[in-house]
Amino acid sequence: MTRIIVPGRANGIVLKTTNPINFLGAVDKKTGIIHDQKCDIFKKSIKNTILVFPHGVGSSVGAYTIYSLKSNNTAPAAMICQKADLTVASGCALANIPMLVLGDEEFNAIKDGKEIQIDTESAKILN
Amino acid sequence: MELTKEEQSALNGEKGDILQTAYRILVATGEATNAEKLIPVNWAHLSGVNYNTIGDSGEEFLRTISQEAKVKVKTTVNPMGIDFDHISEFDHIDDDFIQKQKSIRDSYIRMGVEPTFSCTPYDIFTLPEKDTQVSFAESNAAIFANSLGGLKTNKESAFSALASALTGKSPYSDLRKNQTDTPLTIQMKLDNPNELDFGLLGFFAGKVGDTSVNISGVSEPDRRSCKALCGGMGTSGTCAKFQFTEDVENTEKIDFGKEEMTKTYDELNTSDKGDLITLGSPQLGLQELSDLSSMLKGKSFQKRCMIFCSRAVQNQARNLDYTNEIERAGGEILSDCCTCLTPLINPSETDSVTTNSVKGAYYLKNSTGVDVNLKSLSNIIEDETR
Repeated sequence: MTRIIVPGRANGIVLKTTNPINFLGAVDKKTGIIHDQKCDIFKKSIKNTILVFPHGVGSSVGAYTIYSLKSNNTAPAAMICQKADLTVASGCALANIPMLVLGDEEFNAIKDGKEIQIDTESAKILN
Repeated sequence: MELTKEEQSALNGEKGDILQTAYRILVATGEATNAEKLIPVNWAHLSGVNYNTIGDSGEEFLRTISQEAKVKVKTTVNPMGIDFDHISEFDHIDDDFIQKQKSIRDSYIRMGVEPTFSCTPYDIFTLPEKDTQVSFAESNAAIFANSLGGLKTNKESAFSALASALTGKSPYSDLRKNQTDTPLTIQMKLDNPNELDFGLLGFFAGKVGDTSVNISGVSEPDRRSCKALCGGMGTSGTCAKFQFTEDVENTEKIDFGKEEMTKTYDELNTSDKGDLITLGSPQLGLQELSDLSSMLKGKSFQKRCMIFCSRAVQNQARNLDYTNEIERAGGEILSDCCTCLTPLINPSETDSVTTNSVKGAYYLKNSTGVDVNLKSLSNIIEDETR
């Protein structure tokens, strides 16, 4: 079951975390680097990646962080979540970052480090 | 999601770029919440007002859209970073911050918002009638509205609430229909809990709950405790609603007892003392200022104490003389900003802050970058005044 939250096309290398992300506190919007030590992708850059994470948490202002990442050219190429939350959905909508929500099985099947393409028009994730 | 002809034409850009963007956001959040249509809301409350949280891109975005955009429904706004009336007392705030914060304030005012600059709109206005649909982005206010105010809102994001303000609409999600599953109950096991315990309970419940949780074993907490519960819950997770109920058969149950409380406390408390004190996250209401004024009778703070409340509440409190005793005791009453992400707290001069707010503690540690000494209001008065 794939739900398209924000349509579009993208390709990039998967950066996958099992931790929910609080965009307001966890990401450096100038560099796109995760600076939350509790996150398992700590010190990694989300820039141009296909960012795969369970869902967003925390402040409603995190949507502005996603928009800032886009303005600073440090945003992911696309985001894939397991559960949709309004902060990530609205941030991606304003910033024009394609966003999908996948069922558990499909979500679990995505491998970190793999290059994938997303095209919501053909509703496909190509490995 | 089904759109009306008018909504579809706005989404196609026939009513201009701003409404097109607003509808794009509503469609995405509609898909995210499995809503089948948009419905009218009659009050939006926006987050994304503090320059510390939205930064240069946010400031520029608001400056650009406010040249044309106008809110369509009553719209209130969250705190800024600073209190302009007291800015001269804080030398370390640089001009760039002040200019950018002014620009953000002016952009919102240009769009026609009510300049409340408060995270507690429920303390400023009489709430509309039961089941009224609103769109609140500030998490403590959304949880308060759904759980205690009888209103209906998603736990909106800064942009979904802004889209609601500009269109007067929001996705018709389960939360708006009263069809939320509440499969989990937190059983409060602490005796005589104070507001700090309720804040910790909220933080704990927000972590384990999904969209909505039951809370049992609680009898009519006062407003201070209720606000602390809403603030704590909004900080840690995705929960948008709770209900106090003993009717919890067929739900999964998790205890919140001494052990859980201590574990949550230890996660947030990082110091056994503070260089200064802050009260107000969420901002204090009139009753809380009245209580504080009684508690401070004949006492004085032994260190700096910043007290945050909305401008509207401060004005009421001045008229009722609640502020005299507080200021005599050395409390600094500040408005239009709050503990969370205010640059008024200077991390290069301050190592640690004492507060009774769990929400405040989280952002002081993770965003301001200072250690936190968490204690209840009565303990703060006992330990920090003479």
